[in-house]
Amino acid sequence: MPEIEQEMRQFIVDNFLFGDKETKFSNDDSFLDRGMIDSTGVLELVAFLEEKYGIKIKDNELVPENLDSISCLVRFIDRKSRATS
Amino acid sequence: MCGIAGVVGFDGELVAPELLRRMIDVIGHRGPDASGVYTDDPVGAGGSVGLAHARLSIIDLSGGQQPMPNGDRSLWITFNGEIFNYVELREDLIRKGYKFATHSDTEVILHMYEDKGEECVRHFNGQWAFAIWDAKRRRLFLSRDRAGVRPLFYAHQAGALVFASEIKSILAHPAVERGIDLEALDQVFTFWHAVPPRTMFKGICELPPGHSMSVEDGKVRVWPYWRLDYSHIHDRMSEEDCAGRLLELLSDATRIRLRSDVPVGAYLSGGLDSSVITALIKQCSGTRLKTFSVTFEDAEFDESIYQQEVIDFLGTDHQAVRCSSGDISSVFPDVIWHTEKPILRTAPAPLYLLSRLVHQHGYKVVLTGEGSDEFLGGYDIFKESKIRRFWAVNVDSRCRPLLLKRLYPYMQNLQAQSDAYLKAFFHVDAADLSNPFFSHLPRWELTARLKVFLSEAVKGEVRRADPYGEVKKLLPPEYPQWDGFSQAQHLEATGLLPGYILSSQGDRMAMAHSVEGRFPFLDYRVVEFAATIPPRLKMKVLNEKYILKRAAGGLVPPSVRTRPKQPYRAPDARSFFDPRTGKARHAYVDELLSRSRIEKDGLFNPLAVQNLVAKARKGQVIGAKDNMALVGILSTQLLVDQFVTNPERSTADAGN
Repeated sequence: MPEIEQEMRQFIVDNFLFGDKETKFSNDDSFLDRGMIDSTGVLELVAFLEEKYGIKIKDNELVPENLDSISCLVRFIDRKSRATS
Repeated sequence: MCGIAGVVGFDGELVAPELLRRMIDVIGHRGPDASGVYTDDPVGAGGSVGLAHARLSIIDLSGGQQPMPNGDRSLWITFNGEIFNYVELREDLIRKGYKFATHSDTEVILHMYEDKGEECVRHFNGQWAFAIWDAKRRRLFLSRDRAGVRPLFYAHQAGALVFASEIKSILAHPAVERGIDLEALDQVFTFWHAVPPRTMFKGICELPPGHSMSVEDGKVRVWPYWRLDYSHIHDRMSEEDCAGRLLELLSDATRIRLRSDVPVGAYLSGGLDSSVITALIKQCSGTRLKTFSVTFEDAEFDESIYQQEVIDFLGTDHQAVRCSSGDISSVFPDVIWHTEKPILRTAPAPLYLLSRLVHQHGYKVVLTGEGSDEFLGGYDIFKESKIRRFWAVNVDSRCRPLLLKRLYPYMQNLQAQSDAYLKAFFHVDAADLSNPFFSHLPRWELTARLKVFLSEAVKGEVRRADPYGEVKKLLPPEYPQWDGFSQAQHLEATGLLPGYILSSQGDRMAMAHSVEGRFPFLDYRVVEFAATIPPRLKMKVLNEKYILKRAAGGLVPPSVRTRPKQPYRAPDARSFFDPRTGKARHAYVDELLSRSRIEKDGLFNPLAVQNLVAKARKGQVIGAKDNMALVGILSTQLLVDQFVTNPERSTADAGN
């Protein structure tokens, strides 16, 4: 779990904050509310999750409840990985 | 069309003719046909006032030299632009007893000023920036057209007032400071442009559109003589009457814009607006019209199929320039030399290539469709705002946000989103309805995210800046009473139109190759009439520019009228980095975005820029924000390089 959390955080910092470590955000902060993600960002995030964790994300799963914070992502990946294994 | 410049010295310091020549030579591209200087000293050693002019001869080729005096040589003018109704004004003046030495519109301005003083500009139908030296009153009067077609900048520094068509000419004055205005940078990374009078350069101001200015006894006064007003909408106007009146005005606006002693051509984008203008020109003129367009190697941006339909339908003699990603990167430094401000999209670059094509074909004047989207309700932002407003009235509605799918059909990333995300991106809140910037919040908030790339030092400097507050100060007192659609139109017509469309994409790109643009949709009679048309006729349900289609739709091929609007765009990040090789297409890109250069210039965060560049090399810069960031950072770096760090380029350009 902490490993996935770390990987997610790294991805968000590199791709959406461009390495700017000054911007602090908690695991529960909403990417949307913090202005960190746009429509392309969602697709980039999905492509990253599918490749990194070998999961397939369905259209109806592309919702903020699954993807909009580090905590949401960690739970979502965990659930998806269990379903595929 | 031309370039103008001048200096008023306050502390008894003389204005040397050599200085005026240096200032006007830097903007020689605006007027390569002739140039002249005037100082108020008959000996020629310099005076307390000097005017300079670079001429592109269009009307009265033999008689229109400038700076031009009136009969008793008490008034001197330097003028850039056209007064399209000069023929009618001249007849009136002759009836009143004024004598004319030329057939130019320039002389009409002089006599109008003699006749009506500062109020003369209210009678002009045209696009202008001029300065008149009134020797008897020892007073300089300057004015700029209503919409902001022609540029005018000034600096009140070092005991002088220095003005010019372009900032580079003002910077040619040795006493003027060269420095970037960080608050302007913050505004560009919010609105796409600085809020006038602020420009990207410290201490250099823009005379806002629709304003005049006087300089007397060392004092500068600036005032508006016109403004856009949506307070008088004709609610009961019938569709038929409205369409009829609009067509009548547009036809006349086009007719008087064909007044020229050199041949006039037209830009053809393949869209509705330029097609309508081309059709209207054809009705006025018997000769075969020459048209020009840009086509793109990249199919995503290319509209040549639609252009061909219009060419066939209207039978024009057409020329096109094909634009590749490499072309954009190759001309981009020149583009920024001309825009004199950062840009967030590369869209001006193809227009730079287009004006070059026009110039190569020996044309100096083109008519285009600018202004239609702003005043007749064409832009997506109006549609988006209408849907968001409709939704905000019932935030819990499940059906209302489904209309968001109808937005931006050409944006695949957006179309791939779930309803839940669409709702989040275009979030509305009932409370937002009372925000004066409701329509523009999504765009401005998205653009403001680019500020993550600013350096810590710059972030600190602009921490207390209030960009929205600056725009709020400029809103007219009646603004809160206007309907949402009119408010959105006002923001667009007074913001992005002069700040980007007419300048970075308009005047500066055309004049780079000595080409004058003329815009029938910006005729003030069309603009004032459009401001009285009920919004329901501009956008009928979600059908944009409905009344224009109704008025002039019959003049253009049916497909141009019925197909969904495609905004004019060009490839951004991939213009600079070839994703197949991971390499920059030109060396300046690597140099200006390098870690050392970013650190040295100090405006951006070196790490963030490096990460963005790495992403661009991999071809992974695909979203609007990342693309805007890359183009915005690169253009800012070019601006700093060309105007602040290595200004010798200004001297090198002189005489071009």
